[in-house]
Amino acid sequence: MLDFFIGHYAYWFVFILMAIGLYGMTVKCNLVKKLIGMTIFQVSIILFFVASANKWGATVPVLDHSAGSIDPTKYINPLPHTLMLTAIVVGVATLGVALALVITIYNRYQTLDETRLLEHMRKDDDSE
Amino acid sequence: MILSNSPALAPLSLLLAAIVIPMVAFRRRWLAFPIALCASAFATGISVVNLVRVLSEGVIHYHFGGWIPPIGIEYVLDPLSAFVTLVVNAVSLLVLVHAHRSVAAELPDRSMPYYAVVMLMLTGFNGIILTGDFFNLYVFLEISSLALYGMIAVGNKKSPVAAFRYLIMGTVGGSFYLLGVGFVYMTTGSLNMADIAKIAPTLYHQPALVAALGLMVVGLGIKMAIFPLHGWLPDAYTYAPSASSALIAPVGAKVGVYAIIRVIFYVFGVDFVRHSLPLTDILAWLGAIAIVYGSVLAIAQKEMKRMLAYSSVAQIGYIGLGIGLANPYGIIGAVLHVMNHALMKACLFLVAGNFRLKLGHSTIPRLDHRVRKRMPWTTAAFTVGALSMVGVPPTVGFFSKWYLALGTIQNGRWLFLAALLVSSLLNAVYFFRVLEKVYMKPLEGDVPDDGDTALAEAPGSMLIPTLVLGIALLLLGLFNAVIVTGIITRIVPPGM
Repeated sequence: MLDFFIGHYAYWFVFILMAIGLYGMTVKCNLVKKLIGMTIFQVSIILFFVASANKWGATVPVLDHSAGSIDPTKYINPLPHTLMLTAIVVGVATLGVALALVITIYNRYQTLDETRLLEHMRKDDDSE
Repeated sequence: MILSNSPALAPLSLLLAAIVIPMVAFRRRWLAFPIALCASAFATGISVVNLVRVLSEGVIHYHFGGWIPPIGIEYVLDPLSAFVTLVVNAVSLLVLVHAHRSVAAELPDRSMPYYAVVMLMLTGFNGIILTGDFFNLYVFLEISSLALYGMIAVGNKKSPVAAFRYLIMGTVGGSFYLLGVGFVYMTTGSLNMADIAKIAPTLYHQPALVAALGLMVVGLGIKMAIFPLHGWLPDAYTYAPSASSALIAPVGAKVGVYAIIRVIFYVFGVDFVRHSLPLTDILAWLGAIAIVYGSVLAIAQKEMKRMLAYSSVAQIGYIGLGIGLANPYGIIGAVLHVMNHALMKACLFLVAGNFRLKLGHSTIPRLDHRVRKRMPWTTAAFTVGALSMVGVPPTVGFFSKWYLALGTIQNGRWLFLAALLVSSLLNAVYFFRVLEKVYMKPLEGDVPDDGDTALAEAPGSMLIPTLVLGIALLLLGLFNAVIVTGIITRIVPPGM
């Protein structure tokens, strides 16, 4: 049992990060704090992929002819890293759109607090 | 040359339009719409060609850059993906024709970037449907979602808040899906769907793969807006501009549905799902709850777009129920309902757009019989759409419900059958309420009947797509046997 926990310690950190991110997104009222939670959540998944690529005793995946024969166990798996480059770009783009939305919301309602925002929106409903 | 590359052409032409529009139309704004329309028409044409090719030649694999899967990324055209791309492209072409006037009225200064974003969204949808690679699907999913957030946020004053909520939910959905992809890659060492479909059935005792299936379905379920994950949908559809809701409601959620069908039945396979998780049962129950819940809330709405949004929750429930039944009738019903709901919802949202342009509102209690006198064709299209939603033969809506009902009977799930029947009654309540207003309700007070000259039929560019959709609802209903036997029976997944 202990081996299972220690052997997968990287993943436990990833899942703790994920939980922190989800907590930030659901519980925090401030929209920017929600976005911080969202970023933590996305980064935890990126770390998850990167951790899965690791091999003990292996090196960076650049072909080294001086090492002799090409042995895949001597190189870590490069594919998750390349996938995560795309995922990082997606994350940055999402964050950009989200921040643009936050600015628009602030300009229209002068608040970023979700409960106050809902009050304002309800007032708009009544005045319409 | 063109024919051999036809699987890649639909998303490519749309992506090209998304890039060309900001460059060419920066100075000449009027060019944005024709470019978008051409790209969409071209994509629709290519989808027709693809469907014909698939039906005559069988499944087509398209390898990008000549890399052979599982190393390279491939596009796969099988009857399901060819059929759904055609539905998505054809419906969005019609909505785009309609959108010209409503975008000019609602977003006068922002029409150029708006069309570019629409093209980006359609690129994402086409990519999701055609790709045969899990990670590629994620990228297209996020491309389309980013475009959707933008399209929702340009609506009325409240729309950025709705878009922000959708963004948070959508990102969680996308991230869950990505996490599922990670588990799949760790257990099978592959990202290619066909490759995983070969490996997965032997690994149903692997908890990581079962977790992957669960995560992917939850993630895609948020994008599809299946019942408890539908929170973003009503606000987003209501506050978005008319053109956006008419584009997103019919095709947006359907793409999530498609991805779930693909993942559950084609990649993991029926046997894997039966042996690992009670996933299909959960989907069926959630679908049944969504049907009743969405219909009841739709009755309570005063705003037509909001009513249609809640009715979308219910209609997605039908599709979820069909998937969850996991028998051939259920799948036929679900796939047929993907097409039917795309047509019906597009038709009804276009009617709401016509009302908004001509009456300045789409609030149900304010409608009266002048609407029918002045906008007879729009009202007729609404009536056909409403009858189809209720499921009156010979409209298309009847037939998908019929197949779903056969599916519930085959599985002996009488409660689900009851949900289907009750929801038809509820649909009748909330649509006939509107029909009663536009056909029966007399004027309030003694306003002269012809006093309002602004109230006239919608312009041709808006009326024709609405009518085409209305007629399609009737014609496809009459000839639904051709579609079901010719295309959809070939979709029924292996092992069912």
